[in-house]
Amino acid sequence: MTFQRKHILGLEELTAEEITLVLDTAESMKEVSERDVKKVPALRGVTVCNLFYEPSTRTRSSFEIAEKRLSADVLNFTLSHSSVTKGETLLDTARNLEAMGAGVIVIRHPMSGAPWLLAKELDSSIINAGDGSHEHPSQALLDLFTIREIKGRIKGLKVVIVGDILHSRVARSNIWGLVKLGAEVRVVGPPTLIPKYIENAKVRTFYNLDDAIEGADVIIMLRIQMERQESVYFPSLREYSRFYGLTREKLKRASEDVTVMHPGPINRGIELSSDIADDAGSVILAQVSNGIAVRMAMFYLVASAGRNV
Amino acid sequence: MAENVLMDSETIDRTIVRITSEILEKNKGAKELVVIGVRTRGVHIAERIVNRIEKLEGIRPPMGTLDITLYRDDLRRKTEWPKVEKTEIPFSVEEKEVILVDDVVYTGRTTRAALEEIMDFGRPSSIQLAAMVDRGHRELPIQPDYVGIKVNTLSSEEVRVHLKETDGNDGVIVLQG
Repeated sequence: MTFQRKHILGLEELTAEEITLVLDTAESMKEVSERDVKKVPALRGVTVCNLFYEPSTRTRSSFEIAEKRLSADVLNFTLSHSSVTKGETLLDTARNLEAMGAGVIVIRHPMSGAPWLLAKELDSSIINAGDGSHEHPSQALLDLFTIREIKGRIKGLKVVIVGDILHSRVARSNIWGLVKLGAEVRVVGPPTLIPKYIENAKVRTFYNLDDAIEGADVIIMLRIQMERQESVYFPSLREYSRFYGLTREKLKRASEDVTVMHPGPINRGIELSSDIADDAGSVILAQVSNGIAVRMAMFYLVASAGRNV
Repeated sequence: MAENVLMDSETIDRTIVRITSEILEKNKGAKELVVIGVRTRGVHIAERIVNRIEKLEGIRPPMGTLDITLYRDDLRRKTEWPKVEKTEIPFSVEEKEVILVDDVVYTGRTTRAALEEIMDFGRPSSIQLAAMVDRGHRELPIQPDYVGIKVNTLSSEEVRVHLKETDGNDGVIVLQG
């Protein structure tokens, strides 16, 4: 099978075969990061622009490392230094980057759908690095990659996603990917943070963490986004933590070799008790290094296939 | 399509024996040797060479596999998207005599990519090229050090090395295009 897409915008539109191809390619890319010279010439001469309208250190750094390991020329465009603050529209900014020769544009934007607008209007390849509360494909792909690496498969696994499902683009992308690859997905959180009609996505909804965790193979903890919690979705952080924070006691209900994952940064003592955070540390760091391999695979697939980028 | 058999199974066996002896003679034994096969068929030929070295010398040189996709010079010209497989060189090539093994040497472009990739793993004392078939038509200044068979071909012809591991039988054939 070949990858025919020019853009990677979300997991909703990828097929199971395409997702598997990204994961397989990432497996080959991982070896590059273990070499003395961590660089291959595959994207030599391609200019990649990272266009970030939201603050992000780790996702942007991970994309940047991936770009550099493939020998691309990297251009960083962040909100605070750019003409965005002078009132330029997204499309005008992106057209300027394209005029400077950007063959691939990586975009993070607070508005859902922004990457699709660029994909429609521009000739460059677009990679979505997170749009509003809609999709975050690279994070979901690296989560899938990490699960497959640890468990050897995805099909048939019981995967629980815990927390603020409503605002989480990580949850949305993960649900699409996990369901397509045959996992049994459960979501759990306070009723105010579970979106309506989520059953349409073929997941089971729980409001009680103990029930949701029963027999789980993988637990994906979502970050409580302090910056988005001005409005009242739950009475207090302490209460949230008591009901939905993961502790050793609660974890006993899960499968014996359960894997706990977190997209980072962790709020210790809120989503995860500190001892669980320490136990899960190695997996969380594996997620970070796998993120580079997965992003390299994404660039390789959109930039190589005979395209004039 | 007309088919011309260049080598049969026995000839391939004898050729492996001869190439291995030449390698050992030139390098005065197997002590500093490492063997790296180019995916896919170069890997199986490399394996046979390593087995033969072990039989003759009592030591088994480290063996690696190379996927040169990310180093191709035509990567972004291709219309067919090439799948990236894993490169595995789980040893240091520093100060080693590297035997690079491929099934067919043709334009030399695969070898160029392989040389560049090996250099990214360190600085070997030498890299020597072994190939089952040299079919000519070089586009780069690259020559194999050990050759199974050298044949004159037309660019329109196709040379195929069949190996038990991947194709069920051993043989080298030329297909007229």
